[in-house]
Amino acid sequence: MKELFSELRGAIMVTVVLALVCCGIYPLIVFGIGQAVFRDKANGSLIVDKDGTVRGSKLLGQGFTGEKYFHPRPSAAGNGYDAANSSGSNLGPTSQKLNDAMKDRIDAYRKENSLNAADAIPADAVTASGSGLDPDISVKNALLQLARVAKARGLELKKAEDLIRQNTDKADLGFLGDEGVNVLTLNLALDQLGGK
Amino acid sequence: MQTSGWLQLGLYVIALTAITKPMGLYLMQVLDINGKTWLDPLLRPLERLTFRVMGVDPQKEHNWKQYTWAMLLFSLVSCLFTYAILRLQQILPLNPQGFGPMSEHLAFNTAVSFTTNTNWQSYVGESTLSYLAQMVGLTLPNFTSAATGIAIAAALVRGIARHGAKTLGNFWVDLVRTTYYLLLPICVVFAIFLVSQGMIQNFKPYTKAKLTESFTTQVPKTDDKGQQVMTNIAVMVQAPKLDTKGQPMMTNGVAVVVDVPQLDAKGQPMMTNVVVMVDQKVEEQTIVQGPMASQVAIKMLGTNGGGYANANAAHPFENPTPLSNFLQMLSIFAIGSGLTYYLGRMTKNQAHGWSVWAAMMVLFLAGVLICWYAESAGNPIHHQLGVVVADGNMEGKEVRFGIFNSALFATITTDASCGAVNAMHDSFTALGGLVPIFNIQLGEVVVGGVGAGLYGMLVFVVLAVFIAGLMVGRTPEYLGKKIQSYEVKMAMLSLLVLAISILGFTAWAAVSDWGLAGLNNAGAHGFSEIFYAYSSATGNNGSAFAGLTANTPWYNTTLALAMLIGRFLMIIPIMGMAGSLALKKVSPPSAGTFPVSGFTFVVLLLGTVLLIGALNFLPGLALGPIVEHFLTAQGKLF
Repeated sequence: MKELFSELRGAIMVTVVLALVCCGIYPLIVFGIGQAVFRDKANGSLIVDKDGTVRGSKLLGQGFTGEKYFHPRPSAAGNGYDAANSSGSNLGPTSQKLNDAMKDRIDAYRKENSLNAADAIPADAVTASGSGLDPDISVKNALLQLARVAKARGLELKKAEDLIRQNTDKADLGFLGDEGVNVLTLNLALDQLGGK
Repeated sequence: MQTSGWLQLGLYVIALTAITKPMGLYLMQVLDINGKTWLDPLLRPLERLTFRVMGVDPQKEHNWKQYTWAMLLFSLVSCLFTYAILRLQQILPLNPQGFGPMSEHLAFNTAVSFTTNTNWQSYVGESTLSYLAQMVGLTLPNFTSAATGIAIAAALVRGIARHGAKTLGNFWVDLVRTTYYLLLPICVVFAIFLVSQGMIQNFKPYTKAKLTESFTTQVPKTDDKGQQVMTNIAVMVQAPKLDTKGQPMMTNGVAVVVDVPQLDAKGQPMMTNVVVMVDQKVEEQTIVQGPMASQVAIKMLGTNGGGYANANAAHPFENPTPLSNFLQMLSIFAIGSGLTYYLGRMTKNQAHGWSVWAAMMVLFLAGVLICWYAESAGNPIHHQLGVVVADGNMEGKEVRFGIFNSALFATITTDASCGAVNAMHDSFTALGGLVPIFNIQLGEVVVGGVGAGLYGMLVFVVLAVFIAGLMVGRTPEYLGKKIQSYEVKMAMLSLLVLAISILGFTAWAAVSDWGLAGLNNAGAHGFSEIFYAYSSATGNNGSAFAGLTANTPWYNTTLALAMLIGRFLMIIPIMGMAGSLALKKVSPPSAGTFPVSGFTFVVLLLGTVLLIGALNFLPGLALGPIVEHFLTAQGKLF
């Protein structure tokens, strides 16, 4: 028995030492370097107005429903784009609830964007993302919303289309991941243009 | 299945192959008390200091019982340490959001979960845990459970490589050296890279952002004391609508239904309490902050998988770009892949190491291709509604990763015992979701968790050799050592424990009220949620069909038991096998010796893994994802 418990001191002390090294020194090194070199990113890539108001994070989506804004994907995070409550819908392929929700979203999407009943809708426009905070929509989803937004704002199509392009994140290194349009930065850029 | 996907898969496999040998060579130095690394000038003094504080003589080796005992004792202490922090976080520093303590059963589940390298999460990280709980309470077991897994694998490999030896190394040396020389340096570099991609690392309170468009939502009404206000209303049920003659009214052959009050036995309307909801205007978005990058680096490298945020690696902060996604996926496999090279080096049979690796790669690629195919094909039910068919199944997936990276990540995270997710497996198509469950049930031996994957695979190697020996009627040998009844018993014990835990707990939950109460989906998918949960807990994976509400006393406790069984009742017989193998003498190979490298061996190993791994679980899979696949094809909804 004595031999069995002689290791106890080792177990307790190694826990203390490793906690100091791995949970004290290590995160502080990352904190120090992160804040010194990537200050903006380490603090959440925040979008701040001229008057200092935080408008959101470049990385996190926000809800938009007005017709003069591009609409993000449906969100299952809290009451929608709740950035302190990230979550997907977790509804499965045979879920009645998901099926009904998608049906409603498809109808609404067609109506908002004056599409025909036969037009197929981009999947990202009517499905909730994994985090509920997806900042992006697909390019084709943005292009389908283009006419509505341009009309509501009295903008030339060309000008709005340029903005979409400017707010599109390309695939990393040219082929890693999929490209997407950042809805929040796009909408804020539209507001910057002024107009009605 | 687009070209860019094939390119990314190719790049992944090339990158993984390229790091396997350097990682294996580095592991040779890390797992040797006299090994030399270029970090020695910095870390040797720290290592010596640590052993002095512990009162441990690093040159004194353990036999298998001492080694196992030290591992168990350490796991117990670190589990209690984490439990204490989770229960006391409200009085500890670094809690700017003022979160209260975790409940007893949730803290027990979480502490066990992180100690066993499972990292199952019954809680929502960003609304439950203080920065200290994340950074210390969870990050410590992230490091140590990974180091423990690698230590056990190293002990088993030493048992195979040594002959006539009583000892398998010193657990404390393996634990400390793995943490200092392997995990820490990679994590520092990796975490800083992740910050460069947009991952947060700070100690600020959560940020309030002003929404461009405010909106109104319904929230429970609370009184002055913060209690929810309730009201008493009649319970309504649906009943067929009757016409004046008392006949059910029909439209197109379907009965018309109306809501009527439900009556009790005395004919009185039944009443129930419900929460009063009020409108609330939402004008702000609360943005999570905290020390995320330092935790995520070890979460991936150590195949832990416990997310900082609820959405795990799907959260844009926790996986900001496709590049961060790629390196997170690579880091999951990095050490496990290197360990196969370490195996070859240590047993002086490099072809054996590469053959084990090749068998893993075959299973890996098969999983990726099936999952990718199923998710690209999408859900026919949703196609009917008018969704672009070529977009595949995007429910629960992020645009920046798309179908391919979601399928690849899901396969990798369940091949390894990582359990981080960048898409919600619960919303995968039936066959796409089958792949993660199946991977976990195979025992996560496809590269696998750090260390755990290798020792799991070596169990199958012993069985494969044993089966080959039976087929030719010769005493089975593994690398010159006779495989006898003791080794086979221990190998089978470690596998049967897994099957009993997964199937036993699933069966129990599936017929219990507490089990069914947690379901988010009905029909076959509901069964899959339970089946996935106990497979994940027993396999120490930690991913989930996350719709399951597991934060209840029953689920938290049974899942924690499954994790303990899956971790320690598997390790103990394996250590017994290691101890027995180390004692054996090596006989020189002869013409009748079954070679443990080459094509025949790989095929035999694959057959063993698939047969033994799969057969136990096929009936369960048939009730879950397989039947669901056919139901999807028929458009049946639940």
